[in-house]
Amino acid sequence: MNAKEQYCAFRAIVDKEVTRILRIWMQTLLPSAITMTLYFIIFGKFIGSQVRDINGFSYMQFIVPGIIMLSVITNSFTNVVSAFFSAKFQKSIEELLVSPTPNYIIILGYAAGGVFRGLLVGIIVLLVSLLFFTQLHIYNLAIVIAFILLTSIVFSLGGLLNAIFAKRFDDIAIVPTFVLMPLTYLGGVFYSIKLLPEFWQAVSLFNPILYMVNGFRYGFLGISDINIWIGLGMLIIFAVILFYANLYLIKKGVGLRA
Amino acid sequence: MPETALEIKNLKKTYPGNVEALKGIDLEIKKGDFFALLGPNGAGKTTTINIIISLVNKTSGTVKVFGHDIDTHLNEAKRLIGIVPQEFNFSIFEKVFDIVVQQAGYYGIPKKIAKERAEKYLKQLGLWEKKNTSAQRLSGGLKRRLMIARALVHEPQLLILDEPTAGVDIEIRRHMWKFISDLNTQGRTIILTTHYLEEAENLCRSIAIIDKGRIIENTSMKNFLRSMDKEAFIFDVKEPIKQIPKLEHYDLKMLDETTLEIEISKKHSLNTLFSHFQKNNIEIVSMRRKTARLEELFMRLVNNKNER
Repeated sequence: MNAKEQYCAFRAIVDKEVTRILRIWMQTLLPSAITMTLYFIIFGKFIGSQVRDINGFSYMQFIVPGIIMLSVITNSFTNVVSAFFSAKFQKSIEELLVSPTPNYIIILGYAAGGVFRGLLVGIIVLLVSLLFFTQLHIYNLAIVIAFILLTSIVFSLGGLLNAIFAKRFDDIAIVPTFVLMPLTYLGGVFYSIKLLPEFWQAVSLFNPILYMVNGFRYGFLGISDINIWIGLGMLIIFAVILFYANLYLIKKGVGLRA
Repeated sequence: MPETALEIKNLKKTYPGNVEALKGIDLEIKKGDFFALLGPNGAGKTTTINIIISLVNKTSGTVKVFGHDIDTHLNEAKRLIGIVPQEFNFSIFEKVFDIVVQQAGYYGIPKKIAKERAEKYLKQLGLWEKKNTSAQRLSGGLKRRLMIARALVHEPQLLILDEPTAGVDIEIRRHMWKFISDLNTQGRTIILTTHYLEEAENLCRSIAIIDKGRIIENTSMKNFLRSMDKEAFIFDVKEPIKQIPKLEHYDLKMLDETTLEIEISKKHSLNTLFSHFQKNNIEIVSMRRKTARLEELFMRLVNNKNER
């Protein structure tokens, strides 16, 4: 396939995903907007009003970047894992497997779908927070974009990896429930790790989501519990590893070809 | 373009658990042929097809599509193949038109051309009215036609139809036969697997029978049907018969008092049989083959092999 044909194949996958995401917006976009609004009300308003400022920012301002990141992570991952696994389950993935579409285009197409949904939900949550709950100024736009985009890519690729291995619908719920959710909640969305005892601060540093949340928060507020460059480097390494892992598995036909 | 559409040599497939689905098959299908690949359930037809279209990894052997080896030039081979699988394999929530246009995209076809082709094939297959219907709302026959339109959108030279008329009513089946025949007349090579042997007999010019992972027959349809030495016919008689008439050289059974079943060897003509009827004052009102000829041969061949 030449470059133009590859672009057509990529567009076909992305168009299909975007159409699907927008068609079932009640399942793909609305739930996160409602859940995150509840977080703003309960944690930001009710509890946050009793919490002192953190590094000169109100508790609401402190949690907004983390909550946006939480929705981006969840939606990017969930989108790809459910779309790809559904395609496997309905066998419509065969449409792609019998075509000359290169494997890396399949990965990029599905990842782009995950990034689209992750960022769209992130923007919706940001708008909800700005319209109803707080004011935010952007400290460094490039950092905001780099962190949100890379995080979305990493979790989209992670969702694809999960879907490749999944054999049943149960298998696509395990990672979000038992890995992503705990790591995200313990990744500094609602608190600064400086508030934790030293031991737990050290333990928290092994949680990759801490770096993503703090890097993104730095882009808005200019404060972070970690070195953001380590976070950025980590995201790039994760993205590269996950991309090649997916490429290897699809080439081998794991979970796809008998 | 090479004169051989598909060349398979010593193709083997062993699934996990040491299940040998293909035990070394050889096939050569000429460009422009209409080829029937027949066999009982589990014989290895779908495994063979799935290896050709790269949904199953082969264990050993070679497969070439118009000279392109799938080990070294898979993408060139893929471009030349269109597949209509046995099971529905499209997203049921998507619209008919979108399914066909997307498939064209996967072959690198720009959207404008993809839309034109989708319209052309959906119209030819009588699906244009349903273009905005979600696939799950289509009847079984229309779903099969959708898969044909999807398989044609990149205009492949080799079309593989794996039981395309399974569960389809006779009217749609006949429409599909006509459509597929026309595709073949236009120069496309077609491989058909089917359980309706009448379909294979009417449409195909060449035939291979696969059983337990081996090709047990591979010849032209004409030669294959010629190899049939006996045929059974059913005769309906006008007046009820009390006793089975004795007819020399013919193996005769009375199914009921107005129906006779007679097995006729190729050595004896129907004329002689009718003269016997006349002598015995038996008036025949209609006659028909007991089973389709291909079905008869198929059963004999598969049963003979199994008895050995």
